[in-house]
Amino acid sequence: MAIVLDGDDIGRALKRIAHEIIERNHGLSNVVLLGIPTRGAYLAERIGSFLTQIQESVPVGTLDATLHRDDLRLRPPRPLLPTLIPSSGIEGKDVVLVDDVLYSGRTIRAALDAIGEIGRPRSVQLAVLVDRGHRELPIRADFVGKNIPTSASESVRVHLAELDGKDCVEIVGVS
Amino acid sequence: MKKHLLSIDDLNAQEVIEILDTAFQLANISDGATKKLPTLRGRTVVNLFFEDSTRTRISFESAAKRLSADVINFNAKGSSVSKGESLKDTAQTLQAMGADAVVIRHNASGAAQRLADSGWISASVINAGDGTHEHPTQALLDAYTIREKFPEFKSDFSGLHVAIVGDILHSRVARSNVLLLTKLGAKVTLVSPPTLMPVGISAWPVEISYDLDEVIGAVDVLMVLRLQSERMAASYFPTEREYSRGYGLDKLRLDSLKKSAIVMHPGPMIRGLEISAESADSHRSVVLNQVANGVLVRMAVLYQLLGGAALGGTSAQIDKSGDSREVSA
Repeated sequence: MAIVLDGDDIGRALKRIAHEIIERNHGLSNVVLLGIPTRGAYLAERIGSFLTQIQESVPVGTLDATLHRDDLRLRPPRPLLPTLIPSSGIEGKDVVLVDDVLYSGRTIRAALDAIGEIGRPRSVQLAVLVDRGHRELPIRADFVGKNIPTSASESVRVHLAELDGKDCVEIVGVS
Repeated sequence: MKKHLLSIDDLNAQEVIEILDTAFQLANISDGATKKLPTLRGRTVVNLFFEDSTRTRISFESAAKRLSADVINFNAKGSSVSKGESLKDTAQTLQAMGADAVVIRHNASGAAQRLADSGWISASVINAGDGTHEHPTQALLDAYTIREKFPEFKSDFSGLHVAIVGDILHSRVARSNVLLLTKLGAKVTLVSPPTLMPVGISAWPVEISYDLDEVIGAVDVLMVLRLQSERMAASYFPTEREYSRGYGLDKLRLDSLKKSAIVMHPGPMIRGLEISAESADSHRSVVLNQVANGVLVRMAVLYQLLGGAALGGTSAQIDKSGDSREVSA
């Protein structure tokens, strides 16, 4: 078990991502953040509050893509998590999806499908705290907190204060 | 959750809450533009209805279609059943057609159980009303509607007082509701003429009253049942008018309800008999909410039964394709 990001690292990474979102979109007037529950939703909230500090507030929502997953039949039914689309909607917006770990890319594919059902954003971008590689689909992140090369037998655990009482990212080897 | 939904007794309190929570999340999703979800694409749901039904069949059909399942409606009238085909042969036909779930309504109590236990089919069986036995999805949608109207009750209904008034004897809705509401901790009072109270009622975890006016001022939820004239000989009470005067929800009784109380009815309503038109259309009546919530709750049930791997299926390989987020959860 190794800690790869501590609380301060996470804070700095999210703040940098906030700056990058502003830079990439030339401001925030058209930006909507959508966090993927559970932890992506908290990360979206945090990036949202950095954006408010730096420039202005943006709509923040959550998007659960469980019902669009392609691996539903491989496991028992998963509980559904909240989907709360901001009242401003996503039509014509620049949507930034936020998740904690980018791995196979299947969650993001499902999220893109879910977005397609709701509306047609002008663009969809992806922000993740950790990119651990091993993609199974042609998907990449626009904003990455940290690239962490891993082996497929390891797992990356993200702990967030809102849920787990502390902030850190650790790699756990599966023996 | 088990493979079938035959009775509320198949579920523990936590599983009930899971279904209600799933329905709530589905409400959030379908609140927006999303009308159709791909979740059950390629699955087949058969509505096997041996008894007349409007809202239950339409509700199940709509729920299955919103999840992209294929729906086959099978009504006994006009089918080979009216030519004398047995339940077994009908079931085996459905099996051969590849049904993943069978929603069955039948006038015989225990028909759903029979279908599930028989080994005739491998599909999940959902009881949509069997005789005077149970109607579990109705109880689930009623609980959902209660939660919607009384947000202070989340997973524990203790402190909530529900009265169910009317034809308890013939009512599968009452049975399922008693099981579910008491499971969640609510206090339930059954009100009906003595002749329409089932034998052995004293063993149920409920209070009993023969006088609606004595109970009505104390309840948070008044559930009015339909008089099931198709299931009764004429001898249970002297006249409809007398029943209506003793147990019907008229304007006077509506006004004696608590300010916060709601009126529910599983439908179809017989206006002027068990409920006056005024009561049915009043702001306390949540009948239409019940119908709308029925679709959500049935979507939740279908998702829980069909949305995942088949039970005893390929759970060993699941972690490979999953992302680590799930591992850390």
